[in-house]
Amino acid sequence: MSMSGSLTQDTIQGPPPPPIDRGWGGGGSGSGGGEGRGADRRASFTALFVLLAASTMVFAAFTSAFVVRKGLSDDWVSMPKPPILLVNTLVLLASSFALDLSRRALKAGNRSRFNLWWSAGTGLGVLFLAGQAVAWHQLLQAGVFVATNPSSSFFYVLTASHAFHLVGGLAALVYVDIQAWRLQLGPAKRTTIDIAALFWHFLDGLWVYLMILFYVWG
Amino acid sequence: MSSPHAHQAHAPQGFIRKYVFSLDHKVIGIQYYFLGLFSVLIGMSLSLLMRYHMVNPNVSVGWFGKLWPTAAAGGIMTPELYLSLMTMHGTIMVFFVLTTVPQSGFGNYFLPIQIGAEDMAFPVLNMMSFWTTFLALVVMVSAFFVQGGAPLAGWTAYPPLSAAGRITGPGEGMGQNLWIISIAIFCGASLMGAINFIATLVDLRCKGMTLMRMPLTCWTWLVTAILGLLGFAVLLAAGVLLILDRTVGTSFFLPAGLMINDKIITGHSGGSPLLWQHLFWFFGHPEVYIAILPGMGVASQLLSTFSRKPVYGYKAMVYAILSIGFLGFLVWGHHMFMSGLNPYSAMAFATLTMCIGVPSAIKTFNWLGTLWGGKIHFTTAMLFALGFVSLFVTGGVSGIFLGQPALDLYFHDTYFVVGHFHMIMGVAAIFGMFGGTYFWFPKMFGRMMNETIGKIHFYATFIGVYAIFTPMHMLGIVGNPRRYADFTNVEYLSGVMNVHQFMSYAAYLTAAVQVLFLFNLFWSLKKGKPATENPWNCTTLEWGIPSPPPFDNFAGVHPVVYRGAYEYSLPGVKEDYVMQTDPTPVRTEA
Amino acid sequence: MLLAPIIWALAVAIVYFFVAKTWWFPPPISQHGMAYDAQFNRTLVVVGVIFFLAQVVLGYAIVKFRNDGRRATYSHGNNKMESLWTSATALLFLSLVLMGTKIWAGVHFDEAPPDAIPIEVLSKQFAWNFRYPGPDGIFGHTDLHLVNDAAGNPFGIDDKDPAGKDDIVSASLKIPAGKPIKLILHSRDVIHNFFVRELRMKQDIVPGMEIPLHFDTEPGTVGIYEVPCSELCGLGHFQMRTTMQVMSPADFEKWKQDQAQK
Repeated sequence: MSMSGSLTQDTIQGPPPPPIDRGWGGGGSGSGGGEGRGADRRASFTALFVLLAASTMVFAAFTSAFVVRKGLSDDWVSMPKPPILLVNTLVLLASSFALDLSRRALKAGNRSRFNLWWSAGTGLGVLFLAGQAVAWHQLLQAGVFVATNPSSSFFYVLTASHAFHLVGGLAALVYVDIQAWRLQLGPAKRTTIDIAALFWHFLDGLWVYLMILFYVWG
Repeated sequence: MSSPHAHQAHAPQGFIRKYVFSLDHKVIGIQYYFLGLFSVLIGMSLSLLMRYHMVNPNVSVGWFGKLWPTAAAGGIMTPELYLSLMTMHGTIMVFFVLTTVPQSGFGNYFLPIQIGAEDMAFPVLNMMSFWTTFLALVVMVSAFFVQGGAPLAGWTAYPPLSAAGRITGPGEGMGQNLWIISIAIFCGASLMGAINFIATLVDLRCKGMTLMRMPLTCWTWLVTAILGLLGFAVLLAAGVLLILDRTVGTSFFLPAGLMINDKIITGHSGGSPLLWQHLFWFFGHPEVYIAILPGMGVASQLLSTFSRKPVYGYKAMVYAILSIGFLGFLVWGHHMFMSGLNPYSAMAFATLTMCIGVPSAIKTFNWLGTLWGGKIHFTTAMLFALGFVSLFVTGGVSGIFLGQPALDLYFHDTYFVVGHFHMIMGVAAIFGMFGGTYFWFPKMFGRMMNETIGKIHFYATFIGVYAIFTPMHMLGIVGNPRRYADFTNVEYLSGVMNVHQFMSYAAYLTAAVQVLFLFNLFWSLKKGKPATENPWNCTTLEWGIPSPPPFDNFAGVHPVVYRGAYEYSLPGVKEDYVMQTDPTPVRTEA
Repeated sequence: MLLAPIIWALAVAIVYFFVAKTWWFPPPISQHGMAYDAQFNRTLVVVGVIFFLAQVVLGYAIVKFRNDGRRATYSHGNNKMESLWTSATALLFLSLVLMGTKIWAGVHFDEAPPDAIPIEVLSKQFAWNFRYPGPDGIFGHTDLHLVNDAAGNPFGIDDKDPAGKDDIVSASLKIPAGKPIKLILHSRDVIHNFFVRELRMKQDIVPGMEIPLHFDTEPGTVGIYEVPCSELCGLGHFQMRTTMQVMSPADFEKWKQDQAQK
């Protein structure tokens, strides 16, 4: 976002010489060619960051509600957390790690290793969701429902919101996975892979944050 | 989500691809515009019903009884019906008119063109954002048709009134649930729109289109998108918590010891009604800037174009837009001065609120400065821009009273507040939309609107809105509370019923005048004089392409920008404007 | 062009109604109220000048710079002017809010004086009730389960508590003139708001919170003042109204004795 071509410069010295027309150029959308894909890729990353900003705000709002509600009244009873949550955390971290290994493999040109590690990451992601379902089941069996206590209310709201985001992330992972095994991952899909992996890492970080919130303050 | 490549290389064929599920940002912009138009007609009708009831609370109106057999039995509107009309009026106007038309309507249509792009960054997402908004509107309107009808807790939905369920009043059952669901859907649509706007603005500007050469409309669309992105996320979180309190017995907002309708409420305790207010207004305040910023951008565009003068202090205008956006997130507590909020934080919010008055003042000075020394052409669009400035001043200055907690001790929840926000949102913002319509109609539809009818529409509406909303400030001084279905129970209000009558008549007349606008709009679509490429001799990129534009905007020719957006009346240049894409070097003693 | 006289006419009309005070505040009955009016008038003058000048300048620009053949002046603005009017505006706005701080502090930062008469206020859908502690100066214990509006026990006073026996319950607020009062605001169900115009103050009443509000009236402000609920509380919001009757101290004592005998 350069500020070249300021108003005063334009009017005193005249505009800069016309550029060589190479298509849409620095800031435009394109119809093929290196620059086109460049803008395409940049726009996708901007979109991802915008989405992450919004998600962050949702969880920031939930967090501030959490803090306020806890501080307000003395009816907060720390909810017993099923130990499987710790296992799920490790599974999610492992899935991020696997995705990272797969991207490295792709960079090195090793398609089959990419496929294997990406599938592993996707599979671990599914495992995480299954583990979350188990955790919820255990809580329900123990009589801990969403309205039982503010602590449990926030637990369910936060884990459900996280899972909602995760399902979206998983859909992206599965899409890439299918394309990978069909050997239809051309260079144009590189951006999709990066965006999906970054979103997944965000969800990972978010989950670790939520775990800290639950165990330290919840 | 699709990449910028995904828009078609050829124009779409078939009615569905062209007009229903179109990926073309121009069609989507028009769809949003008409959704907003439809919504404003509903919202306006609701307000006319409200104004009628306030001055005729005991008069039986036959068709009321037919439309609402229970809620208006015998043709007399019950207070709960009044309150539900009021709630839906506010909700529909704020969300489906003020948040959609200026941003998703005009912004969708003109942002890509004004920055030299072929389309938005993600056309499929764009299409989905419209249909999601449409779904939200359907769900919202459906609240009228369920058992108990629409909710009655106001567009602000304060708990416990909005959280305790059906026992607090009719409409607080299914109606309130549908309201929350609709808002949640709307939040999703808003997020999709924000992603597109920001990605497009950041990454798809054409060669030479630096940020400081963008028309001010683009700056307002950018900041509005950011406000929406961050604000609606918080509203969504709040809505989730509220619906849980209502349906599954959580206590985010509901304290213990409530007794409603002689029933002790068990099962809820420890929650805080103030928590809702904090979350809601954290969204709610940026929301009002979402409503007004694009209108400010349009005003700048129109004032400059039709004064044949550059915008006075472009850089200051940009900084003002950015500071309004930033400060907009820090002042939410001024909606809560009387709420039981910590009085020290009230002073902090008050100071910040006074600060946010400063960039608004800068913009007003600069609008006046733009006119000063100009050569003013009084087109209908320009009249609405001038009207915008007058109304923005009137509406803005009442904020100086309300931003002081000491004065809010009297004015909170009186008609002074109602006058303030209607002047700013219900009138200035609407004038921004009218101005945008008259200005951009030729480009969008290839035809001119009728200027004579437009001018009559302007003058009648301008006088009309002053007549409707300035007396509200006087009513506030008298201490007229807001959200009252009628005023027969408060003795000190008997002396102002004539003011209410006056306002009601002004409302009916001003509403009737809008028929002129609708007629002009729809008639000109088919029978308006064909428009040239640049009927207003305006410098921005949309005026360098045909009216209406081809499906890919620039017909494969990539625009290059050589100068800022408001180069009018350059000395030494024969024409009194230079297009942004004009490469001819011009020299001035700047 | 026609727009300029219309804008000027509107500006003049609006200023007229504020100057003529055609529809205005009722006279204040407290020191706070008088201080309030002073701050309001200060703000009104500042706002009035800004409003009037802006509309006049707008109209003037419309007339003077209408298209009459000559070319417009090419200018991108003037940074010096910008800084000037920005600082002036900031100074003005901030001064106004600072000047009002004392008034706000008087209501919310300062505690009620120790000799203030405590009165409990109960707001509910859609009525007001007030409770006085009686000669023993102690409010009796209450219980939500004992609430019985029909039997005249809206507070749910526990008749087993001797302190409650002398409590006085009233549907309207009665206070002596010239004495400090401390209201203790409660809500039984949803948010309400206690508002008296002549006191120039109001306060939201939030269920789950006990909110104090103190004030004192000037001696000789005897009269009956309306109290309309000022926060949307449901379908009866517009009917939720009571009165605050300011009596001479002697009349107030007599009233309390009459109530005690009931």
